[in-house]
Amino acid sequence: MTALIIILCVILISIVLVQIGKVTELTAQIKGEREVLRDSSRWNSVLSIVFVVVFLLAVSISAWKYKNYMLGFGPHAAASAHGNTLDNMFLVTTIITGIVFFLTHIALFFFAYKYRWQENRKAKFLAHDNRLEIWWTVIPAIVMTFLVVRGLNAWNTVMADIMSSDEDYMEIEATGQQFAWIIRYPGPDGKLGARDFRLTTAGNSLGQDFTDRKNWDDPIISQEFYLPVGKKVRVRITAKDVLHNFYLPQFRVKMDAVPGMPTYFVFTPIKTTAEYRQELRKYPEYNEPYDPADPNGPKRWEKFEYELACAELCGKGHYSMRRILKVVSQEEYDAWLATQTSFYLDQVRGSEDDPNKGKVLDIEVPLRAKEFSDNVTKAIESSTAADKTLPLAHVMYETGSAKLATDSRYELDNLVTAMNTYPKMVVQVAGHTDNTGDAAANQALSQQRAAAVVQYLTERGISSSRLRAIGYGDTKPLAANDTEENRMKNRRTEFTIVSQ
Amino acid sequence: MSIIMTISISQTLTTYIFTLDHKVIARQFLITGIFWAFMGAAMSIIFRLQLGFPEADMGWLRPILGKWIMVDAAGIGKLDPEFYYALVTMHGTILVFFVLTAGLSGTFSNLLIPLQIGARDMASPLLNAFSYWFFFLAGVTMFLSLFLSTGPFSGGWTAYPPLSAVPAASDGSGAGMTMWIIAMAMFVVSALLGGINYITTVLNMRTKGMGLWRMPLTIWAFFITAIIGVLSFPVLLSGVLLLVFDRGMGTSFYLNELVVGGQIMDRVGGSPILYQHLFWFLGHPEVYIIILPAMGIVSEVLSVHARKPIFGYRAMVFSILAIAFLSFIVWAHHMFMSGVNPFISNFFVIFTLIIAVPSAVKVFNWISTIYGSNFRFTSASLFALGFVSMFISGGLTGIHLGNSAIDIQMHDTYFVVAHFHIVMGVAAFFGMFAGIYQWFPKMFGRFMNETLGKIHFWGTLVGAYMVFWPMHYIGIAGVPRRYYSLDNFDSFKHFVGLNQFITVAAILVFFLQILFIINFFYSIFAGRKMTVKNPWGATTLEWTTPINPGHGNWPGKIPTVQRWAYDYSKGDEEFIPQIVPLGKDEHDHGEGH
Repeated sequence: MTALIIILCVILISIVLVQIGKVTELTAQIKGEREVLRDSSRWNSVLSIVFVVVFLLAVSISAWKYKNYMLGFGPHAAASAHGNTLDNMFLVTTIITGIVFFLTHIALFFFAYKYRWQENRKAKFLAHDNRLEIWWTVIPAIVMTFLVVRGLNAWNTVMADIMSSDEDYMEIEATGQQFAWIIRYPGPDGKLGARDFRLTTAGNSLGQDFTDRKNWDDPIISQEFYLPVGKKVRVRITAKDVLHNFYLPQFRVKMDAVPGMPTYFVFTPIKTTAEYRQELRKYPEYNEPYDPADPNGPKRWEKFEYELACAELCGKGHYSMRRILKVVSQEEYDAWLATQTSFYLDQVRGSEDDPNKGKVLDIEVPLRAKEFSDNVTKAIESSTAADKTLPLAHVMYETGSAKLATDSRYELDNLVTAMNTYPKMVVQVAGHTDNTGDAAANQALSQQRAAAVVQYLTERGISSSRLRAIGYGDTKPLAANDTEENRMKNRRTEFTIVSQ
Repeated sequence: MSIIMTISISQTLTTYIFTLDHKVIARQFLITGIFWAFMGAAMSIIFRLQLGFPEADMGWLRPILGKWIMVDAAGIGKLDPEFYYALVTMHGTILVFFVLTAGLSGTFSNLLIPLQIGARDMASPLLNAFSYWFFFLAGVTMFLSLFLSTGPFSGGWTAYPPLSAVPAASDGSGAGMTMWIIAMAMFVVSALLGGINYITTVLNMRTKGMGLWRMPLTIWAFFITAIIGVLSFPVLLSGVLLLVFDRGMGTSFYLNELVVGGQIMDRVGGSPILYQHLFWFLGHPEVYIIILPAMGIVSEVLSVHARKPIFGYRAMVFSILAIAFLSFIVWAHHMFMSGVNPFISNFFVIFTLIIAVPSAVKVFNWISTIYGSNFRFTSASLFALGFVSMFISGGLTGIHLGNSAIDIQMHDTYFVVAHFHIVMGVAAFFGMFAGIYQWFPKMFGRFMNETLGKIHFWGTLVGAYMVFWPMHYIGIAGVPRRYYSLDNFDSFKHFVGLNQFITVAAILVFFLQILFIINFFYSIFAGRKMTVKNPWGATTLEWTTPINPGHGNWPGKIPTVQRWAYDYSKGDEEFIPQIVPLGKDEHDHGEGH
């Protein structure tokens, strides 16, 4: 129905317009060609003047009204060290082009008005004027040279990479995929680990190569990512599937993310999120409620966040690739970074994707030592008898023998340390097996394995009077011996603090 | 009876459909162009509605768009984001190639080259007809792609891989992209057939006395445009061909280390940036393919209605040549932020900003042409005036964007959208309108209605600025282009008022163009008849042909050219046609400069 009415309206308007056309044609015929020209000249020359006045006023007024949108002014001030240079260039260019814009528009429409058709006017025969033409070739050329020199200066400074490795900077990585950003930090070693797209799995979305130890400590940031204020940061920008663009509007940072070819952008944040909010607070539009439905809720400036966006069309979700960036003081940054844990150790270690499965990584040794000593301390402080028994989870033997596997030494050394820390502590080491095979043989093997541990400890200077070895065979299973997983649980070595 | 019918039908077919007459082919290009302009504009209205009124119910579009309007639980119809991007992509492709290249250059090069240089037709009328029919088939293919169940191509008119190369990355990159490629390949063939013809015709078929320095600026513009097209369109075709290999044959020209939707693709060694180089090697000259014919038309129309020679004829020619040359060495200014070596960008900044110089010369020369004139306000001359205004407004922001440092922030924001729509969208349209109003009598033997023409002009001038000017502000504030919705970002979502304003203005401008279309078709059949051969008092040869010239243009001998094209208000004469011999003490201002 609505469609019908719209169609009818269009038809009606068309008929009216055609009639207007016909009427004007008829009056033109009656008036004669000259009269029509004179009319047209009068009307349109006046309209030219009206247009240019209204247009230039509208341009000026709207520019004033939206001055807060302008770069370098008000709330849209740059939050990065290089941003001000760019904003300044934008301003200079706008002033120069603005002058040209005003002068040429005034000339164009004023001449059209002034030299409107008149019956007795004769146009000048003015084919060219070399002097004038040289002027208006040379002057634009000079102005352009000025802008080019300034522009290239700024460009080459901004785009310069880290010059030397001893420069103080940090590197993070942003990877675009349909339709989200994956942000990776280098971890305590300060270096991002290697990647190979062929290693990508559901559990390893960046295709990190975990045989590269630089990857072992890299956290992948799941929520907001943080940067310390005043510290130069190099963003390594990559893409997994299609082109994306790493765009931080407030920092004047923009660079395409290209699959298979990392790009870089180096910048220094100079305003923390909190400082930027305080600046926004000065502007009335940022004192509006953040949520119009909740007029008493927080103001816009209070909820302000730096946002990472995508600025290269990447498919139907292009408009939704938002991540929040928080710029904070170095101390806050360090505190935040400490809460970010290694993606590898948290999510991948020991899983199918882990190429180091079954190996002890040197970075794990100190972590395990700490965990072990914490557990011993806890056991000593506890008064419950059950808490006094602790597993030697990382002590392993060669299959079917009591020979200690090489990697067992790390945990055993931790026990040595604990024995030295608590010189009065006496422990009983117990060996356990599952129920496969002959019970007597199991009993003997568990006994031998416990003895092997005790032997290792005595070789490292622990008095044998403080150590006992006992084999339980398959008599004390932790779980029913019905699955391989459970049997593995049952094959174990433990120690119990007998006295302390 | 039936034999007569058959004959008359076949005559109609050969006269109006399968014709070899350049004037009819010009009209075919024009009317096809108008159809595509209407389609492209209608698409822009739909996506502007989404941007201006994202909360509004679009359910009323379901009869046309069907499943692309998603109706939610509350019964509110929403535009599917996939289709939003398809509309944006189609709008760009259609307007750039089908309207402003084929519709503009195709129409006026065809109409004016033979008429203004004094030739009976193109060098090869058959290739010329093929040029139109390849364009027609390209259009049919593109049109059919709108009806695919996965939708037309939706990766932007630039069709950057990997998005355009991997069907898994986007619905539109499947069959939609295949049809886009077929259509574009046929379009390139059309552009090449046309271009080779224009060049050959201008070089070989000028009438006696028509030296290069006596050619009207329209011909210079069409001639140079054709050269640019012939040199650059093949590069696009090769770029697209490699894309075809990547899509269908497992090659990796543009693909490297992709994991799309969790699937590892066995493609290594290519570079998506290679495509961008090949694309923009056409893509940048393409904007001059669009704007140079408009410049030529505007120079001619301004001079005729100012009753004054075009100011600095030779400077105008040299600036066309300079722009054409520079257009080939600035392409990477579209790629400052694409990951190309920043050092390389230095050269592209320098060459890009040099273009401002010949462009400035042209603007000053147009203004000087009006200075001291006796300026007749016709629909044609008003649109020429509007062209100069648009070219200034849009050209100046090019100085911002061409400077790579500023482009870091401005790249792919609405500032860019404002810039190129004003300088090569609206300006080129204005050039085209000026040409249509000016040469309509030559095409159809009747005039378009001047009153409606003037309403069309003033409305469109004001309306177009209302649409595109506010986009500068949105762009400066950092809002990226090609966002289906701005609500996800606090930084971008506070421009509701401006976006609504733009959308309302766009609808207004759209209806004004319908007014033009009504005027156009009404005037073909019922416009005021042309009663004299040379209604505008112009000097050029096309106005020496009969009111309704047949195939061959001049019934008798082809006229001989005696002077340049711009002897207006010289001595006591208001104008001296090119066929009038030079007086005794007179010198030729084109050749005898």
